[in-house]
Amino acid sequence: MKQSLPLAMLLALLLTLGLAPAARAANEAEFKAAYSAAEAASKEAAGMRNQWTVTVSALAAAKKAADGGDFDRATAASKEAEALAKASIVQATSEKEAWKAMEIR
Amino acid sequence: MKARSALLLGSLSAALIAFALTSPRVVAADKVDPAADAKAFQNFFFQKFPAVKHEDFVNGPYSMNEDMKRQWQEKEEFPPYEFALDAGKEMFATPFKNGKSYADCFPNGGIGIRQTYPYFDEKEGKVVTLELALNRCREANGEAPYSYVKDEMASLTAYMAFTSRGKPMDIRIPDDPRALAAYENGKRYFYTRRGQLNFSCASCHVQSPGERIRAEILAPALGILNAMPIYRSEWSGMGTISRRFVTCNSQTRAVPLEPQADEYRDVEYFVSYVANGLPISGPGARP
Ligand code: HEC
Repeated sequence: MKQSLPLAMLLALLLTLGLAPAARAANEAEFKAAYSAAEAASKEAAGMRNQWTVTVSALAAAKKAADGGDFDRATAASKEAEALAKASIVQATSEKEAWKAMEIR
Repeated sequence: MKARSALLLGSLSAALIAFALTSPRVVAADKVDPAADAKAFQNFFFQKFPAVKHEDFVNGPYSMNEDMKRQWQEKEEFPPYEFALDAGKEMFATPFKNGKSYADCFPNGGIGIRQTYPYFDEKEGKVVTLELALNRCREANGEAPYSYVKDEMASLTAYMAFTSRGKPMDIRIPDDPRALAAYENGKRYFYTRRGQLNFSCASCHVQSPGERIRAEILAPALGILNAMPIYRSEWSGMGTISRRFVTCNSQTRAVPLEPQADEYRDVEYFVSYVANGLPISGPGARP
């Protein structure tokens, strides 16, 4: 279970590096669904006091692309934001106990 | 950049190894024993850097080798924090509109007391830092609070640190379960990984002091607050403890907390406590 954290991090990193597979053309409804899922995950992360800066930027990029009518890009950025937010939630959850492994004793 | 990704990869594999090796210890019941923590913390650094004199750890990156130490001594001859020190001294002596002054808010008129901050306030049930106490003093006297990350606050704390130079850090944890809880919370914050880079304060300042990250040499966590506030060329100005915490959080791609959030107050309490006995050296200057 705990081993999944670094994996999640790596996945999130890969996603940000743009290595995620390209999706087919998206429409406004798909964007809205992706965006609200991302927003919900990011709110949860913020509530755990563990928001990542990259989540915030991805959400902003999604909104900007959608405002410009580019729903492909907006949907992809929303999915990226959701993945990042979820990784930050996994991190915060795992660290509730895992921090002790780092302690100087 | 290269150094940073190496550090990142290193930290990821360190995390994996840590998860694999130490899970059983994690399960063991933990009693909060600050005195034992401080001893272990100091020993860790004394053993890791046997050539560094104990009182030199308080000079941040400059403590890490002789070459850096020479640079520091040269800098101290024309210290770039001097203007802040002068400004702080004058601000400190200038009465508020109501005729009172900072001296009225602090023990011993605020002189030579920096080493006792942060302290646990048993009335409030929380940790009170020097920066917080200064703003509370202003507000109690009808003045607007200063920004925690700007020059005025840095000047005031620079002056107060200067009047405490050489005095050993002297943080008390009263016999109050809330104080122990605050200390423990600060410890947890210090060791908790955060941000997309998955770093804790310890990843940089315990596991990698003396190593370079971008152009900077990482300071050791032991005595890391004793020199605050600091002048930094990169900031072309002074930085408070609040400013440094916010910057360090951002570097891991974590959204920083608001200055003087409970977590920051508690982590300052923890980091200061484990430096007990090491001299105040602030204000400091950094490359
Ligand atoms: C990504 C690595 C990194 C992490 C994680 C990190 N810092 Fe830093 N920190 C730095 C760098 C770089 C500097 C500037 C060089 C130096 O002085 O170490 C610095 C400087 C500091 C300083 C000033 C030291 C001095 O003498 O100049 C303090 C205090 C500090 N950090 C505290 C913290 C705390 C508390 C945390 C955890 C909330 C933290 N740092 C997390 C990289 C990091």
